[in-house]
Amino acid sequence: MTTPHAPATGSPATGSPVELLRVDSLVKRFPGVVALDGVSFDLHAGEVHVLLGENGAGKSTLIKCLAGVYQPDGGTIHVDGAPVHLSTTAQAEALGIATIHQEFNLVPGLSIAENVMLGRQPRRFGLIDPRRTREAAEAALARVGLTIDPRTPVSTLGVARQQLVEIAKALSLDARILILDEPTAALSDEEVDRLLTLMADLRSSGVGQVFISHHLDEIRRIGDRVTVLRDGAAVGTVPASTPTDELVRMMVGRSITAQYPRERTAPRAELLRVEGLTTRGSFEDVSLTVHEGEVVGLAGLVGAGRTEVLRAVFGADRYDSGTVHVRGRRVARHDVRSAIAAGLGLVPEDRKAQGLVLGASVAENLGLVALRAASRGGLVDRRRLRAMATRIVTDLRIRTPGIGATVRNLSGGNQQKVVMGKWFSADPAVLLLDEPTRGVDVGAKVEIYQLINQLTAAGRGVLLVSSDLPEVLGMADRVLVMAQGRIVGELTHEEATQDAVMALAVKEVESSRAH
Amino acid sequence: MPTESTAPPSSATRTTPSGADRLGSLTYQARTLAGQNGALVALLLLGVVMALMSPVFLSTQNLLNVGVQAAVVAILAFGQTFVIISGGIDLSVGSVAALTGIVTGFMAGTYGVNPVLAIVLGIGAGLACGLVNGVLVAYGRLPAFIATLAMLSVARGLALVLSDGVPVPQSSAVAWFGSTVWGWLPIPVVIMVALGALAAFILNRTYTGRAIYAIGGNEEAARLSGINVRRQKLVIYGLASSFAAVAGLVLAGRLASGQPQAAAGYELDAIAAVVIGGASLAGGQGRAFGTLVGALVLAVIRNGLNLLNVSSFWQQVVIGAVIALAVLSDTLRRRRS
Repeated sequence: MTTPHAPATGSPATGSPVELLRVDSLVKRFPGVVALDGVSFDLHAGEVHVLLGENGAGKSTLIKCLAGVYQPDGGTIHVDGAPVHLSTTAQAEALGIATIHQEFNLVPGLSIAENVMLGRQPRRFGLIDPRRTREAAEAALARVGLTIDPRTPVSTLGVARQQLVEIAKALSLDARILILDEPTAALSDEEVDRLLTLMADLRSSGVGQVFISHHLDEIRRIGDRVTVLRDGAAVGTVPASTPTDELVRMMVGRSITAQYPRERTAPRAELLRVEGLTTRGSFEDVSLTVHEGEVVGLAGLVGAGRTEVLRAVFGADRYDSGTVHVRGRRVARHDVRSAIAAGLGLVPEDRKAQGLVLGASVAENLGLVALRAASRGGLVDRRRLRAMATRIVTDLRIRTPGIGATVRNLSGGNQQKVVMGKWFSADPAVLLLDEPTRGVDVGAKVEIYQLINQLTAAGRGVLLVSSDLPEVLGMADRVLVMAQGRIVGELTHEEATQDAVMALAVKEVESSRAH
Repeated sequence: MPTESTAPPSSATRTTPSGADRLGSLTYQARTLAGQNGALVALLLLGVVMALMSPVFLSTQNLLNVGVQAAVVAILAFGQTFVIISGGIDLSVGSVAALTGIVTGFMAGTYGVNPVLAIVLGIGAGLACGLVNGVLVAYGRLPAFIATLAMLSVARGLALVLSDGVPVPQSSAVAWFGSTVWGWLPIPVVIMVALGALAAFILNRTYTGRAIYAIGGNEEAARLSGINVRRQKLVIYGLASSFAAVAGLVLAGRLASGQPQAAAGYELDAIAAVVIGGASLAGGQGRAFGTLVGALVLAVIRNGLNLLNVSSFWQQVVIGAVIALAVLSDTLRRRRS
């Protein structure tokens, strides 16, 4: 596929910038929430334009509108000065817009060359010409500085290299507008370095890049301009050299306390005690406690081992050594039912893959945990389960047409409330929450925080894992910081600041690299 | 959804309807029913077409024949329904049915075991096959396709070994499974209806039944909600082969002998019946009633084509086409909604 447009190779150094993309007053509504409320934004050739904002601020919605995934309800999009209507991803691609998502669209079993050239392999007598496919892929890989045999299967590559293959594929499709959605989230420092160098190269060759990142240091290194989004609106566009304080103020726009309505209660008796929990190669010697009325936050970088600890405590995965006690009662190793019986509940990281039966009704999902308790002699008390589901839907204010509605059709926030709701029937002593507000809109977030308050007010405990640091700081009474599979520090609510947590999370990484 | 009974449209229940209203609500209800069960519509259409083409089709005797012809596949398919809703598949049910017939005849004939005890042993042999399937799938983590493909071969082989490849005679207790009550109602039909009701009851009302839907819908979510997925899988494959064992007895009763090659290929008919009945091979969806309709669709086609003197070679072609069409229409309907 080639684009009908002449490549707009305007250099930012010479004269007035060439505008590749302009978005005017874009509006996108979902049932119950306005995700984009009149966002305007533009991108020049040879520019890295950063989109900054909290989770749920509208960044993902905006880039999905640009990629042709969502159709905006209002506003206009111009590419090369001409108004466009992007109703499919193929249309966006044909206009030279490519998106590198956090989840890659690669076929793991195929070679790099086949992935880069997928669907447009050069043909000879109707058959794929492997030599020309390879050469074309090699040329694309050269542009991203990836020197590796293009016959290598993609499945053997690490995340960073897969990402480069994705970018190579986009460039070979003549992408002039590259949208990078948190490309550095899963990369090591060195890999981030290499990616930022590549982005700088692409900038000098005239590609316009939209860059989403939460790391202010990266933004300062590579960004030209920053547009800050908050609650679906663009707060403003400023140079990337703007001081951090100012960027954070634009981003948050309100005090942390209003956003995180934590009602603290004095912690009382101990509910959960984890001692010396170890899974070789994943985490080591993890000890922690959770008390009645307490929210304990588990902070750290992605890959620090937080999710693994949570799953091991709940018995979802095996661990090598260590013990878990709930209210003094030993929980059997690798036994989810023993953990539930002892009083644990888990809201897993990925609600669609691990938390919900998407094709089943709200009532079915809410009844999953209670199913055993609502059965007598193998028979299910259906009336009791329905009454329970109705009560939970009301209590948790789950917005659904009815308890018979299919969970797949609910919004992310309401789906998450269903996952939490199924535990309310079992009334666990400690609820283990893994990324409870990921992909949830701002309004539902606050409701989820209020549910956490409700639990602690009733004397239950919460162990909270979240990559959203302000959320951990705002909700947790104590923060444990993990790095490289170990707990490297404990901070009280008063001590826990963004800087203090990050200092701990990163220190261990640096010292381990020094060895 | 399988749990919720379809709420009747409010106009039909609350107001005292005028004639036109009543007709309107009736057509509405018919449309809802049709929308939910494409297989039922197909069955009724087939029935109308057959009735128009052959005056014999609607006779009581012929309809009972259809029931008898459907019975073995339907009973196999009820067991298969559990497995398919749970996201698995059981290719061994035909072989297990044959093994049950052989074991029963062998025990009563060669060893002179009490005929009723021989039947119990036959069903036990079938159940044992299912438990092995369950252990391989749940604890050995073999794909269901592979584990039950192996059992397809092992159970058939054992049936041939025990019988030395020749039919074994059956006791009168087994012959009862092929007989009639009150001189007209065939026992196979009675067993089919009873086991269909049992399957529906298990699926809708029991812990295992609800667990089957949860496991098929999302196994990891079911596990993390405290459902003992492995034990339930053992139960599921045990159920499937128990149903297969009963099917084997019905078949042995009709044939009045245990045939080592009996029910070969029936596993595919059973899978077809489940799928025509609206179950998804991806798991999480399906109903016992749908499976019954699916099995009846297959039987009606065979019966009708026989009445019309269509060669059995062509029957295979037609049945293949019907399977494809039934599932295609279901897929299209779901995509639209």
